[in-house]
Amino acid sequence: MGRRVAIVGTGHSKFGVRNDVNIAELAYEAISKAISSAGIEKKEIDLVVTGYVGGWSSEGLAPVVVMEYAGLTGKPGYRIEAACATGSAAIKTAHDAIASGEADIALVVGVEKMNESPTPTVVEFIGRAGNYFWEFENFGLTFPGYYALYATAYMGKYGATEEDLCRVAVKNHYYASMNPKAQFPRAITLEQCMKSRYIAWPLKLFDCSPITDGAAAVVLASEEVAQKLTDSPVWIESIGVSVGTSNLSKRDQFTSLNAATLAAKMAYKKAGIDPENPAKYLDVAEVHDCFTIAEILAYEDLGFAKRREGYKLIREEQTYIGGLIPVNLSGGLKAKGHPLAATGISMAVELTNQLLGKVEKGRQADIKNGRALAHNIGGTGHYAYVTIYSLSKPRA
Amino acid sequence: MTRSLPVWWRRRIPRYRLIGARCKECGKIHYPPRTSCPYCGSNSLEEVQLPRRGILESYSVIYSVPGDNRLNAPIIVGLVNINGVRIVAELTDVLPGELSTGLEVEAVVRKISETSDTGIITYGVKFRPVLGAGSGAGQDTGEA
Ligand SMILES: [Zn+2]
Repeated sequence: MGRRVAIVGTGHSKFGVRNDVNIAELAYEAISKAISSAGIEKKEIDLVVTGYVGGWSSEGLAPVVVMEYAGLTGKPGYRIEAACATGSAAIKTAHDAIASGEADIALVVGVEKMNESPTPTVVEFIGRAGNYFWEFENFGLTFPGYYALYATAYMGKYGATEEDLCRVAVKNHYYASMNPKAQFPRAITLEQCMKSRYIAWPLKLFDCSPITDGAAAVVLASEEVAQKLTDSPVWIESIGVSVGTSNLSKRDQFTSLNAATLAAKMAYKKAGIDPENPAKYLDVAEVHDCFTIAEILAYEDLGFAKRREGYKLIREEQTYIGGLIPVNLSGGLKAKGHPLAATGISMAVELTNQLLGKVEKGRQADIKNGRALAHNIGGTGHYAYVTIYSLSKPRA
Repeated sequence: MTRSLPVWWRRRIPRYRLIGARCKECGKIHYPPRTSCPYCGSNSLEEVQLPRRGILESYSVIYSVPGDNRLNAPIIVGLVNINGVRIVAELTDVLPGELSTGLEVEAVVRKISETSDTGIITYGVKFRPVLGAGSGAGQDTGEA
């Protein structure tokens, strides 16, 4: 449906506490690299889509500030928001504009400066990501608390342990140690994770992704333009999107995210991937590990593991390089960092570089199928985006 | 947090009592109460008092607590299943080590918070283990 769309340029800032730059400067670190790697001039850009959640940052109209600093004033542009899935929503929006023929070249940027607010403010703001009156104001249920309810239900039903959760953190920190863009480029031990303090039992500090400043950008182009610009476009083969309930109490089970399951189904169908055995079609995946339990739920929602058996994948190290399917070789949200609106775009940057064989030694996946998957969740399964990236031109 | 008295006043009833809304067309019960049914599209719903006993489906002990509830940390939050209607609420009169999924719990009215600036004390529903109840115990289906 519509015209084919490819990634032709990528840029990624260093993630972490970035008090050294303002939001426009941070965004421009990613934008300038994306534009130069695409080999285009700014005047060729038809559309600028800015992903930004904000709320903790001093800039209210970040896209305007970002575009002015980048020298893109005057072009069509707007802000996209879908909580922690904002980056994927921004890519989808730009993709659709190109697919429809509205634009030939679009710049997509996601930026967040979460450290401009003190931690309790950020915790309160993110806590409102659920159903504010009924679950936050009444009971003080925090964002880690939402995922903790999933963790408790999952562990109680299937026999996963706190060690299994920590194994996810150990893997993601291990790969982050080889990613210079990561907020925490260092390995941790299982013992370190198990000994860290509880934030929302059974989730400990090392089960949680950090508060991060960062930016990521991609340049998308139509088929005709992409083939003029590069010999190695990375195609957006399919995107599945689903929205979950606002109230957690409206959900009928707490061992998987329905929205993610539905989004995966849509993405697989369009790409012609067998939902019973998707790992066979893919080389690598970036999944939304805002908390370690979320990565285990993702294994099942994406069909990498059977229901009830997601935790066995990490226990048997099947999501390391050489296993069934390597997951979060960037370090994931857990160790690379999670600047909300940049996260989905950071996944696109990482998977583009993975598919092109361009990431650091030690964390490069073997590319055989030429396909990669991004799983980006907003809130606690409030939004789910599953995007398939491919080296070969997708079916029309 | 809400600082306004009128807003607080309007919210007093659902805070104190387990009031849900039952769809007169399809019979689904919704909590929190609402005026239209997303399942069948009906606008014909009536308020119902939910049973006060349910089963603990999941829980978490929250150590990093935001806002005015910070002084009460850690707080235990539970996901309670009352005949298929789910409620997220604080658990009380229990230590974290005494909890397990499947435990039978009952609703009680307790102090929820006290705002630091206006001094308004908020009461609301919390759940506690039913005395002598164990995992998988029978469920009271009657109206409270
Ligand atoms: Zn109905």
